[in-house]
Amino acid sequence: MEEYSNKVMDHFMNPRNVGEIENADGVGTVGNPVCGDIMKMYLKIENNTIKDAKFKTFGCGAAVATSSMATELIIGKTLEEALDITNSTVAEALDGLPPVKMHCSNLAQQAVKAAIDDYKKKNEKTE
Amino acid sequence: MNQIYLDHSATTKLKKEVLDTILPFLTEQYGNPSTIYTLGREAKKAIDSAREQVAKAINAQPNEIYFTSSGTESDNWAIKGVAYANKQKGKHIITSNIEHHAVLHTCEFLEKEGLEITYVPVDNEGILDLEQLKKAIRPDTILISVMLANNEIGTIQPIREISQLAKEHGIYLHTDAVQAIGSIPVDVNDLGVDLLSLSGHKIYGPKGVGVLYVKTGTKISPFIHGGGQERGKRAGTENVANIVGIGKAIELATQDIQAYSTHLQELRDMTIEEILKTIPHSRLNGHREKRLPGNVNISFEYIEGESILLMLDSKGVCASSGSACTSGSLDPSHVLLAIGLPHEIAHGSLRLTFGEENTKDDVKYLLEVLPPIIERLRAMSPLYNQK
Repeated sequence: MEEYSNKVMDHFMNPRNVGEIENADGVGTVGNPVCGDIMKMYLKIENNTIKDAKFKTFGCGAAVATSSMATELIIGKTLEEALDITNSTVAEALDGLPPVKMHCSNLAQQAVKAAIDDYKKKNEKTE
Repeated sequence: MNQIYLDHSATTKLKKEVLDTILPFLTEQYGNPSTIYTLGREAKKAIDSAREQVAKAINAQPNEIYFTSSGTESDNWAIKGVAYANKQKGKHIITSNIEHHAVLHTCEFLEKEGLEITYVPVDNEGILDLEQLKKAIRPDTILISVMLANNEIGTIQPIREISQLAKEHGIYLHTDAVQAIGSIPVDVNDLGVDLLSLSGHKIYGPKGVGVLYVKTGTKISPFIHGGGQERGKRAGTENVANIVGIGKAIELATQDIQAYSTHLQELRDMTIEEILKTIPHSRLNGHREKRLPGNVNISFEYIEGESILLMLDSKGVCASSGSACTSGSLDPSHVLLAIGLPHEIAHGSLRLTFGEENTKDDVKYLLEVLPPIIERLRAMSPLYNQK
């Protein structure tokens, strides 16, 4: 099989920001168990900035590593900056992914977007 | 860190005795078996004696043994060869829905060529449904192809019973015995098969060599056209070294099968019992008894197989999984789906297949490292509710 980069293996074996955020400002779930990938992203947002991010992932090594990398990339960023992160940004930050695993980086980017959308929706209601 | 190899259904380590038998044919004994001088005649003699070793191991006649490049080639040849040679008689083939891709994809190819294939289902334990097979038989059925033992869940199929049905209806029977050989007795007469596929590298022999047994009188087309090798049915200068290797390997693998099988079974049973006892939400895939003595296939709910394999690898354990991520497609193993597993549980499967060099200490080590891995992945999974 095609090998994972050292960075992917590092983020898989020692994932950053695993877990949940209680009373998170935005939560997004993407993927489905049939395909074997589910990512749940939790965001803490203050003044339009992502203060904290945590994730839970059901999936392969690449799915876990991209989730972990995505949280690292978005913490401290404004919502606009976080939404600018593409799947290739995530993949490049991990020194690349095997071609068959590229969809995992899509999933990570979609999870971030879903969590931000959730935050925006909640805020519309309270305003 | 020690490496613990628990993936013998994928491949096995070449035995020293087999290597010693092979080496001269990669060096000084390089003659072409089709030539007339001593160097060539010696190569021919070596192939003949390998053919006798294989024949003896499966209770066949030497002239019923054909050497191929792999188990996959043998499966391809058996099915296409019978289909092409028996076009006059019919265009219907019956197989099961848990066959190896070497059989399934060959059947799918023939479907495009106008043949009709019936895929008979297995039950939830992974055993072929004989009643369904009976119903599938048609006047124009020319071949039934059902594996002797499954490569993923190890289930042993009722080939003798299938043979009776096939004989009653004058249908050829092929079995893929690639996983079975060396683990359980394989006797072509006792099984009542017309064609049988074998592979070298699953029995501590070399990769790149297989066998197709073709019972005398079976109508089958040649597979590779060219010179007169393999009695005009499979052309190409013989892979002498590997043929000699599979001969030796099969002789060694079948000489004391009882002791080997008992050894495997001890490790298998210990592993199954302990895992099911200590890890919650785990289930055994495939029939508990009617399975290969060295096969364990267990699903762990809420987690994904590739992740288990990567973490086991970091502890030195080599294993495999039926998850989509390890198959290179989006779907998990067709075998696990065939026995009724939902996709998400099929994704979380782990296959452990034991071999000669494994010991109880290997199992103990596995049982030490596996539970924390499962726990860790579950803690990371959004599907798992920790309570």
